[in-house]
Amino acid sequence: MSSGTFAAYRPILIAIAALAALPLAVPMLVGAGLFAGPNTFYNLMIFILIITLAAQGWNIAGGYGGQFSFGHAAFFGTGAYAQAVLQTRYGVNAWAALPVAMALGGLVGAVIGLLAFRARLRGSYFALVTLAFAEVFRILANATPITGGAAGTLVPLRIGFGQMQFDAPAAFFYLALAFVAVVLILNRLLERSRFGAWLVAVRENEDAARALGVDTLTVKLKAITLSAAITAVAGALYTQKFLYVDANIAYGAWISVEALLAPIVGGIGTVFGPLIGAIALIGLGEAAKTVIHAAFGSAVPGVDLVVYGLLLIVVIAFAPRGLIGLLRTGGGR
Amino acid sequence: MLEVQGLTKRFGGLVAVSDVSLTVPEGSITGLIGPNGAGKTTLFTLVSGFQTPSTGRVLFRGDDITGRTPESLAVLGIARTFQIVQPFAGLSVLENVAVGAYLRCPHRAEAMAHAEAVAGRVGLTDLGRPASSLTVAGRKRLELARALATGPRLLLLDEVLAGLNPSEIRDIIPVIRAIRETGVTILMIEHVMQAVMSLCEHVHVLANGRLIAAGTPAEVVGNPAVVEAYLGHGAAGRLQKGAAHG
Repeated sequence: MSSGTFAAYRPILIAIAALAALPLAVPMLVGAGLFAGPNTFYNLMIFILIITLAAQGWNIAGGYGGQFSFGHAAFFGTGAYAQAVLQTRYGVNAWAALPVAMALGGLVGAVIGLLAFRARLRGSYFALVTLAFAEVFRILANATPITGGAAGTLVPLRIGFGQMQFDAPAAFFYLALAFVAVVLILNRLLERSRFGAWLVAVRENEDAARALGVDTLTVKLKAITLSAAITAVAGALYTQKFLYVDANIAYGAWISVEALLAPIVGGIGTVFGPLIGAIALIGLGEAAKTVIHAAFGSAVPGVDLVVYGLLLIVVIAFAPRGLIGLLRTGGGR
Repeated sequence: MLEVQGLTKRFGGLVAVSDVSLTVPEGSITGLIGPNGAGKTTLFTLVSGFQTPSTGRVLFRGDDITGRTPESLAVLGIARTFQIVQPFAGLSVLENVAVGAYLRCPHRAEAMAHAEAVAGRVGLTDLGRPASSLTVAGRKRLELARALATGPRLLLLDEVLAGLNPSEIRDIIPVIRAIRETGVTILMIEHVMQAVMSLCEHVHVLANGRLIAAGTPAEVVGNPAVVEAYLGHGAAGRLQKGAAHG
């Protein structure tokens, strides 16, 4: 390992260390009145990390590979349902269910990818087909008994490390952070690999990539499989955190939107884009809810969506390369 | 090295390439010329696998490669450039070339070193800047570098000199000659006759999808059929008369 190699990973290690140190600041943040209590803080952070993970998945196919999916809910939901159903119906341990959920998500990604890419779907056609798949999954999950139908699936509360349910809220925060950290490093490895170079070449110009010997179908299939598997882990973590899924949570359009909006706002096709975007979107959404609540004395439903819309317009108008692009203006990578 | 046998490509009622047969000897620089719309680029897309011929065969080193995909042909050792340059605009110059280099070098360090060496050979400098900031001449060199980085045995160059000014053309001719010196066979489509005359040993002339002449550059430019293809029916005769009167 040369010093140049280490330099490429240093910002990632610093970011992970900073996030890991956040719990130290909890007493201060609560004391300053920013959060009602430690649990409020942890719930927000865990939610941000789960969305980050889903967005990191999207960013591999969408950001690096240029295959804009509008249906990552299909993978998130498969992970979420697999995690819930394996435990409740088949008595599988939560830790053992997680890799299965990930594999199933990857499989769904591979199948959708095979159908879409073999049919040479690109751009908005690919986006529409993925959206349609996610909707079909949502309707099926709402109707079939194995998923609990419209009632959803409730994972019984059994606190214990062996059940991946923790008494201390910090524990789940660190679990989610560990997954985000692994994917941050994985992303950098990808950027510095042959597969990553070919994936970006596919995004930039498929014909030119083919002329240089890039098997674009295989590259895209690998990317969507990896992308789906990572987003499925986010779904599985969601199940473990909230211990409940139904079709509208698991396969709802909301998660497809979060998964693609976070990288676009943060910086598409970059290592930190999904993380920065998720923090900005969800952080500002929560802040807006709190401010509105304080101002009007009651919650105004949907105000976070208004914030998303505004943030998206501002980013597209003033920072087409995302928030990370603002930090980097003039600098190299 | 390359043998094209009776290649025909129809687009509906239009016959873009009609029963073309030609060979490119190993180690040569062979030219393919002809007026606009003659079917030169279509012939390239057939040879490089981007389209499949309606009839006919393409042989590379004796093996039938008709209908194989561009990516598998690149692995075999056939690389092409595009007439309309296709840089990966979001990547740096070096990263562009590295995409080609990764074909033979799976590891990053090797691929980057190879890409740098190839970029140097074609005279690209300032490799860290975005490919989108290159001038036309720079983009042409980038096309050449990327194709060359895949380690081809046969290089198909589609008008790499078009759009360059005379001094830029003078600069790039030795680069192409040097590529041939390393054992790469070249088939080039070119309109710039100065380059064709100085580089090619053998030239094929395409007009209206048909091969109308072949020979050394000097033979071909003196061929009345070639003159008529460029200047219109009867032009050769008028030119001769004009020369006699003058």
